[in-house]
Amino acid sequence: MIGKRFLQASAIAAGLTFAAGAAVAAEYGPGASDSEIKIGNTNPYSGPASAYGSIGTVISKYFDKVNAEGGINGRKINFVTLDDSYSPPKTVEQVRKLVEQEKVLFLFQTLGTPPNSAIHKYMNAKKVPQLFVATGATKWGDPANFPWTMGWQPNYQTEAAIYVKWMLDNVDNPKIAILYQNDDYGKDYLQGIHDGLGSKASLIVLEQSYEVTDPTVASQMANLKNSGANVFFNITTPKFAAQAIKIANELGWNPTHFLNNVSTSVGSVLTPAGLEASTGLISTLYTKDATDPAWDNDPGMNEWREFMAKYHPKGNVANGFNIYGYAVAQTLEHVLRQAGDNLTRANIMKEAASITDLRIKTLLPGILINTGPNDFRPIEGMQLRKFNGTTWEAFGPVVSVDTSS
Amino acid sequence: MEIFLQQVLSGLATGAIYASLALALVMIYQTTELINFAQGEMAMFSTYIAWALINAGMPYWAAFFLTIGISFVGGMAIERIIIRPVEKAPVLALVIVFIGLLVIFNSLAGWLWTYTIKEFPSPFPVGSPGGNTYIGFHQLGMIGVTLLVLLFLYLFFRFAPLGLALRAVAQNPVSSRLVGVRVGWMLALGWGLAAAVGAVAGMMVAPRLFLDPNMMGGVLLYAFAAALLGGTTSPLGAVIGGFTLGVLENLAGTYIPFIGTELKLAFALGIIILVLLVRPQGLLGKKIVARV
Repeated sequence: MIGKRFLQASAIAAGLTFAAGAAVAAEYGPGASDSEIKIGNTNPYSGPASAYGSIGTVISKYFDKVNAEGGINGRKINFVTLDDSYSPPKTVEQVRKLVEQEKVLFLFQTLGTPPNSAIHKYMNAKKVPQLFVATGATKWGDPANFPWTMGWQPNYQTEAAIYVKWMLDNVDNPKIAILYQNDDYGKDYLQGIHDGLGSKASLIVLEQSYEVTDPTVASQMANLKNSGANVFFNITTPKFAAQAIKIANELGWNPTHFLNNVSTSVGSVLTPAGLEASTGLISTLYTKDATDPAWDNDPGMNEWREFMAKYHPKGNVANGFNIYGYAVAQTLEHVLRQAGDNLTRANIMKEAASITDLRIKTLLPGILINTGPNDFRPIEGMQLRKFNGTTWEAFGPVVSVDTSS
Repeated sequence: MEIFLQQVLSGLATGAIYASLALALVMIYQTTELINFAQGEMAMFSTYIAWALINAGMPYWAAFFLTIGISFVGGMAIERIIIRPVEKAPVLALVIVFIGLLVIFNSLAGWLWTYTIKEFPSPFPVGSPGGNTYIGFHQLGMIGVTLLVLLFLYLFFRFAPLGLALRAVAQNPVSSRLVGVRVGWMLALGWGLAAAVGAVAGMMVAPRLFLDPNMMGGVLLYAFAAALLGGTTSPLGAVIGGFTLGVLENLAGTYIPFIGTELKLAFALGIIILVLLVRPQGLLGKKIVARV
């Protein structure tokens, strides 16, 4: 009988060992298994902001490529992307569906400041990562209060601080006029300008705001010109940016004109505003630009072009969103590879906050992605660029301004 | 002083935008005593038609007049097909229909032409008279066109038999029918005219505001305030209301510190409330007395 007992004990011991071994080998949160990692996303595929939808599409295509090449650590990516029309109530509905029914491991690249604001508290209460959101608002880099949310692109305050730094070094006797959209986005930039100026805030001679319902900014522009300013910060969305550029030109006002990154499309902003009126505008960039001949033979861009040709032939290669989506998907791929077999929600967040000097080849040279437990701001460097009448020309070095204090 | 002049002239130019759409609102109000909330979106849609025609290679003025024609027929068709079945429905039901039209035109334009802004050509020369920086040729032209439309409407309602019939229908549909005026078609005519006036408004403002499906959303609020201020039954009142509002809004934004640029819209809406409280018929409108 001893033999039988011994066998039973051995079997139990073996079973325990096996179970313990498996636990060490792989840990899974909801949505992750030996064969799959399920990721949720919302994008505006319809409605007024549907132009952004091309980001969701290119990310899906990138994961098709990852899966075709064997997945990440042997697991296929299941990217579930739903349409929210850029409408916050709809985002809430779709995200609840993703978290509670689809049971995704985490959300990635949910798009837009208002949609992400609407789910910010929910995600943190549920302790589900809201990773690398597609918006430049500064509030996504706040690990102390929102440890489950992280941005990706340089935030508005960083961008504003870069303009201010350059302006203080290069403009004699600056007098600053600002036009900004009267909402979270506009005020975020405004805060960045004030912070960048610090004790020199008195250089601002006039701030004017507009509402998105305003038909025109003609009155504001007249006041700004009349202020006698020689520096103009144009913190506006595409339609108002085009109006402001056109009206400044009509008024015969030629200040050093900074145009925020949001509205730098040559096709849909500068051309309607007038290419001549747009000449001399200053903005920033952090990804390579497919229309810039400087990158024609760039290895990183060639990899991207091959990807576009093979996995996304319908995508427009002149559309910067296709570079953006590719770059952010590569960042996530890096995080997931780093996470290995520990695919819990807590570990995804931990790995996302431990990126060291990651180089994504479609970002400008000199930009490295770094994060830490107290640094939820992956990209913090940008390069200035000037519009020469036909294209944007980069100038100066990549500038980093640390705003995460 | 320079900024005062700048703001007044800029206000007149913006006022012309409000006035031109307010005229279209008044057209429908005159015949049906209803405010068409879809008026702005119909004007925006007409402007897209003109944009498509011009892009297809048609000369500006040909596209301009063809668009007015298409809009006139389209406006009549909307009345005949969509409004007529609910003509006798309570006002609230009609309001819902108008809002439905608004959403349909907005989404349709976005679906057909996308939401990115489009440049729309101006028929007037580039630049400004004498190279001044106060007011350009386009703004002057826009003000002129608004006044021309007003003159046309005045003559039409005053002297043309059709215009007289339209006024008769508005005042007394039953008697009009008894003397042989076809009331239903007159209502359709009112809608057609409003759509045509709206099309002119759209084509005049698009070079300033840039064409996108939401171009008229903000304008409609101001046009509504302008029409109320001037009197919803008077085309002249609507135009005066539009110009007054444009100038007042700019001056208040510039000179009254607590209004600033943040409360410009609130200022316009404040005018609506004030007018409704103090003089509901507006500056030039006439009181409508209904027997209950």
